[in-house]
Amino acid sequence: MSDPGQPVPQRGFAMPRPGDRDSAAPEVPEAPGGSAGAAQSAPVPAPLAPGAVVDLDAEQRSMRIGEILDRLDAEFVGLAPVKTRVREIAALLLIDRLRQRYGLTSSRPSLHMCFTGSPGTGKTTIASQMGMLLAELGYLRKGQLISVTRDDLVGQYVGHTAPKTKEVLKRAMGGVLFIDEAYYLYRPENERDYGQESIEILLQFMESHREDLVVILAGYADRMDTFFRSNPGMASRIAHHLDFPDFTLDELVRIADLMLDREEYRLSVPAREAFREYVALRMTQPRFANARSMRNAIDRLRLRQAGRIVAAGGSIRVADLVEISAEDVRASRVFGTGDDAVADDASGSAEPDSEPGPSS
Amino acid sequence: MRLMQGTFSSLPDFTDVEIMAQIQYAVDRGWAVAVEFTDDPHPRNVLWEMWGLPMFEIADAAAAMLEVTACREACPGQYVRVTAYDASLGRQTTALSFIVSRPSAEPGFRLDRQEMSDRRVSYSLHAYAADRPSGERYGTEPA
Repeated sequence: MSDPGQPVPQRGFAMPRPGDRDSAAPEVPEAPGGSAGAAQSAPVPAPLAPGAVVDLDAEQRSMRIGEILDRLDAEFVGLAPVKTRVREIAALLLIDRLRQRYGLTSSRPSLHMCFTGSPGTGKTTIASQMGMLLAELGYLRKGQLISVTRDDLVGQYVGHTAPKTKEVLKRAMGGVLFIDEAYYLYRPENERDYGQESIEILLQFMESHREDLVVILAGYADRMDTFFRSNPGMASRIAHHLDFPDFTLDELVRIADLMLDREEYRLSVPAREAFREYVALRMTQPRFANARSMRNAIDRLRLRQAGRIVAAGGSIRVADLVEISAEDVRASRVFGTGDDAVADDASGSAEPDSEPGPSS
Repeated sequence: MRLMQGTFSSLPDFTDVEIMAQIQYAVDRGWAVAVEFTDDPHPRNVLWEMWGLPMFEIADAAAAMLEVTACREACPGQYVRVTAYDASLGRQTTALSFIVSRPSAEPGFRLDRQEMSDRRVSYSLHAYAADRPSGERYGTEPA
């Protein structure tokens, strides 16, 4: 596929092509209803007078920025750098819109991003919200999230990679392409690896279709560093490098609270204390995966609660079904006393809390 | 003679913005958009060459527009059309099909009359362009 940005020789036909926006094809007749040059920009009303005053607050309300950011704050605990960056992006899009109304030039900023951070810090979760967020802010047209890994981009034989990558890119247009564990695309130990080809297509597309999609790479910080060092083109085309910090004890407890809330469970007061102790202990243990460990811990709390209720028998009330007691929490192996059948910490291969193979 | 086939054929040729809007409409309804091309303009030639596979999973018309652009560049001087297939049960047919690119000069058709037995006459359409071998029909070098 040739680059649509390049002027193509006019070979005698009457319809304007997307590449023919400039003077390269002067003989292209002006089609009725506007030229192809208007393809990307929505119809813009006449520019405001230089002296005109715009109400920033009203404008902000009309873009629903406050609403969107409030939701982000409510749904995600911690993640201050990420929220700051989203706030900045929202502000920039607002200012761009205002500049446009005054007739000033406003180019679309490049929003390709790279998320780095420890396991379970919310990289994937934020990425899935990012598409919707950018669509609501009016940056993306659709905002769908296409989540892919190396398998979806890289082919198995010569000539297989390019169509495969392009297919994925086409699906992601208008939304977000999320490449999890992006460093697997590049395999330095095999110079004939097709990953490189995929990276080159990605790079070209990220540059030439900046307004059509946002590419988000995610992975663990050290490996991403190696990846960027061997692909400097990729590093320079990504404007936003966001580091996801590890959660603090308080944040982890709040996250667990939110998760329990969503599943309509409640910790009793002593259980809450015990849970806090549990989190503090768990954080020091190997293979701790932040919010993901909280999710697993809650799943096991539910198991123990269910076991306790069934073993006790008799009649129950709704409160019994909702409440998780301190003994459910204290039965965990993290405390080093319990002998619960369900292992909590790093012990054995059936460990549910451990990272999936490559990430540990 | 301007070839009139498919939806919108009585309208002036669409601009890219208008083509994208139509494609977006099709995509939003879940129709599979495909790009096809031909240099045989006969009205009964309904199965055109496919430019790649139909795009089943795109969300945005810009993706289909990429293929339209690529097809136009690879097949200058040929007809290019966009079709949208509605796979929903009970319809399962092409829901929308319109020409997005055409040769600059379209020589048109001749009506052939053939005398048959008992003074019966059979009629057929003959595209002047089809007199030349495929690939050279509209004054362009083979693609």
